[in-house]
Amino acid sequence: MDRDIEAGSNYSSNNIQNNESNTEAVDHVSPLPPRPSRKLSDDGASGALHVAAASKPTTQVSTIDISTLSFPDGSRGTFSTSATSATRSVASPQSSASGYTSPRTDPAETVSVASYPATLRPPGDLADLVTGEFNRRSRAWSMLRTQSSSVQPFEASRTGACDSLAGFEKEFDDIPELGEKGITDEQRLSLWKSKMKHYMILSSAGKPIWSRHGDTSLINSYMGVVQTIISFYEGAKDPLLGFTAGNARFVISTQGPLYFVAISRLGESDAQLRSQLDALYMQILSTLTLPTLKNIFAHRPSTDLRKPLEGTESLLSSLADSFTKGSPSALLGALECLRLRKSHRATINNAFLKCRSDKLLYGLIVAGGKLVSVIRPRKHSLHPSDLQLIFNMLFESGGIRAGGGENWVPLCLPAFNNRGYLYMYVSFFDSVDTAAAAAAAAEENNNSNNPEQPPQPPPPKPATSPDEEIAIILISADKESFFELKSMRDKLALQLAKNGSLQLIQSAARQRRPRIETILNTNNSQSTTTEGQIGQLSHFLYKSRANVQFCQSSLSPTFESPPRSSPSEKDSVSSQRKTEKLVSRRRLMTLYHHLHASIHAKHSHLKVLHLVSEDAASLAWITPVFEFYCVAGPNMSRGRYLRSGFGSWNEKWSILRLVAWLQLLKSGLVGCY
Amino acid sequence: MATRGPPGARPGMGNRFAQFKLVLLGESAVGKSSIVLRFVKDQFDSYRESTIGAAFLTQTIALDENTTVKFEIWDTAGQERYKSLAPMYYRNANCAVVVYDITQAASLDKAKSWVKELQRQANENIIIALAGNKLDLVQEQPDKRAIQTADAQAYAKEAGLLFFETSAKTAENVQNLFTEIAKKLPLDQVGPRHARPGQRPGVSLAPEGANTQVGGPCAC
Repeated sequence: MDRDIEAGSNYSSNNIQNNESNTEAVDHVSPLPPRPSRKLSDDGASGALHVAAASKPTTQVSTIDISTLSFPDGSRGTFSTSATSATRSVASPQSSASGYTSPRTDPAETVSVASYPATLRPPGDLADLVTGEFNRRSRAWSMLRTQSSSVQPFEASRTGACDSLAGFEKEFDDIPELGEKGITDEQRLSLWKSKMKHYMILSSAGKPIWSRHGDTSLINSYMGVVQTIISFYEGAKDPLLGFTAGNARFVISTQGPLYFVAISRLGESDAQLRSQLDALYMQILSTLTLPTLKNIFAHRPSTDLRKPLEGTESLLSSLADSFTKGSPSALLGALECLRLRKSHRATINNAFLKCRSDKLLYGLIVAGGKLVSVIRPRKHSLHPSDLQLIFNMLFESGGIRAGGGENWVPLCLPAFNNRGYLYMYVSFFDSVDTAAAAAAAAEENNNSNNPEQPPQPPPPKPATSPDEEIAIILISADKESFFELKSMRDKLALQLAKNGSLQLIQSAARQRRPRIETILNTNNSQSTTTEGQIGQLSHFLYKSRANVQFCQSSLSPTFESPPRSSPSEKDSVSSQRKTEKLVSRRRLMTLYHHLHASIHAKHSHLKVLHLVSEDAASLAWITPVFEFYCVAGPNMSRGRYLRSGFGSWNEKWSILRLVAWLQLLKSGLVGCY
Repeated sequence: MATRGPPGARPGMGNRFAQFKLVLLGESAVGKSSIVLRFVKDQFDSYRESTIGAAFLTQTIALDENTTVKFEIWDTAGQERYKSLAPMYYRNANCAVVVYDITQAASLDKAKSWVKELQRQANENIIIALAGNKLDLVQEQPDKRAIQTADAQAYAKEAGLLFFETSAKTAENVQNLFTEIAKKLPLDQVGPRHARPGQRPGVSLAPEGANTQVGGPCAC
């Protein structure tokens, strides 16, 4: 049985009481224990509104029109088409002031919605949001709000800088080693305790395996305590899953002989922390495979696993850090793809398939951690959690990239098969070897008396920042197939350089993520938007459930330092800005984690969640087809959000249009053979 | 310094071109990858993370006006768990560099066991060089040295190895090491152009049908 423990206000407190969280009725916020220090939930009474469309009609004395539609995916087919609720007619003194007209006054409204793709049926989910009375406020209020609607999310905390994330910029600093001069043990310990997130892995015998922060001398005793607590419940056949101490949430995951512990003051849900721990476990399996891991402990339960895992600590750490920084990919369990025209991607896929070696199992082209192309056998799919491990190895930790050569890496992809190794050929593009490939091919052509191909000109300046680096990843089950995959890679590199795809990929990678303004602008050429009125929506995440892919808008300027800032500038101003952005990015991700946790809470059956705090207004919306999350400044009202939030586009359902645009992004990412 | 020959250059009139497979072996964290990085790119990175699996690099050096030698280098990871893969890398190797860390006594023992394995299982004519790396550390602090030059030298002589103490950080003896190996290699009989490992029957992943589907429904 799941067991939840509320402990006192510090880690060592023994004031433990049990609390069956699963059987509790889920309230509208979340099934988790309250996290008192979080700003978001603090002002829940005034701000946080959860609107469950399913529950709404019961409160309405209404003349609502119910339409019934059935969808191929078997989703709910009943919804209100035009929101003609009784409350509606009384409502909206504010509508004119905020430039917001009610849907019913606009006969074109339903038409415009209906003209979206059939998958876009959310008016049912969202109608209540737009038309409900939550927003009814005085005219004066509305007018005031139009003045201040350009406030960016988290602006207050950015200036104040005195909130729960105050120490976050130091989160990734190393703790000085034992014996470093001028540092006492107490100082090291307090540095260690100041970290907002800890991960620990230990064996069930209590041997430390890995910890994100602190060396063995520092944490050994804590590992002992952790082991004692976990073993106590294990012994009672009543495994401990998590507990809260002060503002820290402890989540424990037991995997055979291994204990995984996450300690977080960043406000993730248990499920989210547990999936992070699972990823760490997958990383270990990826190094060892499950049978090996089992064997090691079957023979000697007290084995020190640090030796077999030697050299992979950095992989675990970079994985952990990506969670601590906040990874949309991990949160959504989906992958980000590079935006490319469909025809361009098809060209790349075709070239890829044409060069395919017999030994190939999976082939991927990845640019800056975003998928460009995947080829795979028809019968095997590729699991996002496996790809997450590969991306972490290639793009987050420096082990492979730094070498500069071609790499041959035995690894286990646990979701594919946790019992054996595959062999991964990795090579990053740089101008040298692309040119070499071109030259080699030209030479080959000469030899085979086929001189029609002139030597390729050297490709444009290679991508330099990690965000733009292009890697070719070829995975085989045959450990001897390096040279075959290498020659496949050379062929492919030549093809891509020849047909211009390489440049396309490079420029797409350089372009970075789209800005929301850009999306909405290009989508509607006749818009008369003016600068300053648009862009009130600050950021969004969109996950396509079928494709297990997600995309997001550009993090800059609000959550990221401006792109292409020269890496050489190392003055204090830019580094200060960098940490500022790190913190504001974490704020954004914390909000997304909160939205995600709430909307995915067990028994919640939420479809739309609108959350307003003094920092930001945010919205989560899930359907069987997609998940959509977005964040705007705190003064954005729900109506404005959805319809009139974008300056003068009063009748444009901006979010709906955004989502419609996103749904068009169906990618032909995967080529099957 | 290395002069990078044109890739795939053909031996011209009176010129000799030879290509050799070289493998680096040794305990983890002794500096194998750093030696390769110094040799291939003339760079050094003090915060290098461990090699995962193995890395494949090439470098071409000119021995004299008429002789060019291309090394195909396998830089292997030193961790114990990769040990079973090592034969794959040294199987057809013409030469090997076995690296130890002159500040770590145990690393020489490991090096000796690699030498033994190579002499037993690798090519009969394999040229083996022993490299004691991190010379820069003992130049700064002589008391850090754990293995005396003379001891390692004596061992190398006895086992028939080339011997150098190197520093990937200061580049000392790195170029020398590879040049001396090249000189010992049989340049008259040109090395295999592509020493491919033997084919083995593996799981066949041949396609069921020849048609390729692109842009179809993604189901990954």
